[in-house]
Amino acid sequence: MSVFLAKRFLTFIVTLLGATVLTFLALEILPGDPAAVILGIDAPESAIQALRDKLGLDRPILERYFAWLGDIVTLRFGVSFTYSTPVIELVRARLAITIPLALMAMVLSAVVAFGLGVYAASRHNKPGDVTVMSISQLGISVPNFWLALLLILLFAVNLRWFASGGFPGWQNGVWPAFRALLLPAIALATVQGAILARFTRSAVLDTMREDYVRTARAKGLSRRATLWRHVLRNAMIPVITIMGLQFANLLAGTIIVEEVFALPGLGRLVLQAISNRDVAVVRDVVLMLAALVVFINFIVDILYAVIDPRLKPHDV
Amino acid sequence: MESAQFIFWRRCLAHRSFVAGGCLTGVLALSAIVSLVWTPWDPIKQNLRERFVAPSWEHLLGTDQFGRDIFSIIMQGAQNSITVGIVSVSIGMAFGVALGLWASAKRGWTEELIMRACDFMYAFPAILLAIMLVATLGQGAINAIVAIGIFSIPVFARLTRGAANAIWAREFVLAARAAGKGKFRITIEHILPNIISVLVVQATIQFALAILAEAALSFLGLGAQPPTPSWGRMLNEARSMIFINPWLAVYPGVAIAVAVLGLNLLGDGLRDVIDPRLARKR
Repeated sequence: MSVFLAKRFLTFIVTLLGATVLTFLALEILPGDPAAVILGIDAPESAIQALRDKLGLDRPILERYFAWLGDIVTLRFGVSFTYSTPVIELVRARLAITIPLALMAMVLSAVVAFGLGVYAASRHNKPGDVTVMSISQLGISVPNFWLALLLILLFAVNLRWFASGGFPGWQNGVWPAFRALLLPAIALATVQGAILARFTRSAVLDTMREDYVRTARAKGLSRRATLWRHVLRNAMIPVITIMGLQFANLLAGTIIVEEVFALPGLGRLVLQAISNRDVAVVRDVVLMLAALVVFINFIVDILYAVIDPRLKPHDV
Repeated sequence: MESAQFIFWRRCLAHRSFVAGGCLTGVLALSAIVSLVWTPWDPIKQNLRERFVAPSWEHLLGTDQFGRDIFSIIMQGAQNSITVGIVSVSIGMAFGVALGLWASAKRGWTEELIMRACDFMYAFPAILLAIMLVATLGQGAINAIVAIGIFSIPVFARLTRGAANAIWAREFVLAARAAGKGKFRITIEHILPNIISVLVVQATIQFALAILAEAALSFLGLGAQPPTPSWGRMLNEARSMIFINPWLAVYPGVAIAVAVLGLNLLGDGLRDVIDPRLARKR
């Protein structure tokens, strides 16, 4: 087990390092001189040169990479060119939207998906199963940003139950903020939930074929009791893994859905920073997002091995 | 004696999702092809006197803010989606399959290195890197396609390596080796033909994902640029007119959903037909 943990941890670190290299390089080939972009096209050459010196843009690439890496490791994040604010502060304000949104979507999709998946599996090949599977097939095919638009159309334009976008801030009460995040969360959760429902269904179906389930039925346990006590517990293991893997998709989805609902979250920050060529923000935020995804997958991997003792380290 | 091909097609036609998916994909392909030579109206020409016309026999889905026929734009948008699908899946397949076959033939640290690199690509939020890539290389249809293609490389590499490893363990490969064939020749003559069906299924699914990804990038203004008709950009433009003409935000989305649904159903159907054991298990 400890060998397995050590190996996993090493992979985690290597993946993170890879992420830093990739993020750094992607911005290195960004056309245009950041100093010139910040100061505008009319800026005198001397001013541009001064800023280049200040930002250290003239130093060799390796030196800049390691300087940046050192900053990241010691949690000294950069300063935004456009906002003149430390990236960490920009991020902190926006995380208050993105994290609750992602969590809401995750909970929503999990609840709906577990319910539908288990129901479909228990009605295998009957009309109920076929209906649930058809709905989920449809859910997978719908782009989340379109769903977001349709929700705005229905609930904001026609019914006027919700605002069509924007965020009132948590300081004005939890309920208005929650309301503002509800439609975006639904838009995100539908696609994720549809995928998860299919996985839940097939995991439950697989588990129902296991010998211990037959034994449980043979010893006189009712269908319902077997389902709850033996099938669900075991079927949840692969489902939770998939949820972990889906987290990357969920974060990516937030970027677009935040844009549709004009929510000032991390996604909007990145999109704006990219168009402003605000290298420090893009680099640090992309890295944070990637680190978050890698970290979640690392945790899920470990949980997986802890929960399921049948998994020998070499199988993982 | 019925030929294997005949049996295959009969099984396909008996499969509900294959037929449904095939029909929807057929509609997509047909509208792309027909729009090459004919659309009811010119999808680019503006006619400001006929802005926001309601659906009628003349304009099946009405007109947009520039008085262009929406039905014609959507028809031509299919060209964009199909191009994106074909090119990005080809990029992903060409590199992914090559890497997967290489990993499987070499084994050892080559395999380990390739697979770890794929894991790494998997862990990254793909759309974020695609956005970065497009922002780096400049926005435009070609860069979007390349970005989407790059992110389907690890999918194909993993699948190929897994399927190829299973074939390498078979006896006929052993026989081929005993007969003195080299690894390269075995890969081309025995491994590839035996895994092609799995790859075709995955290509269908990736095609659908590529259409979704391109729509997302175009929606963010990073994909196809005007005046090329693109469903994703149509949705973006519709946002600002959602109070004036809400239907503009509906049609392009339906088009995307139909295309993606069709390809997904086709992929599911193909998988069941190619491997009936899986179908029974699911």
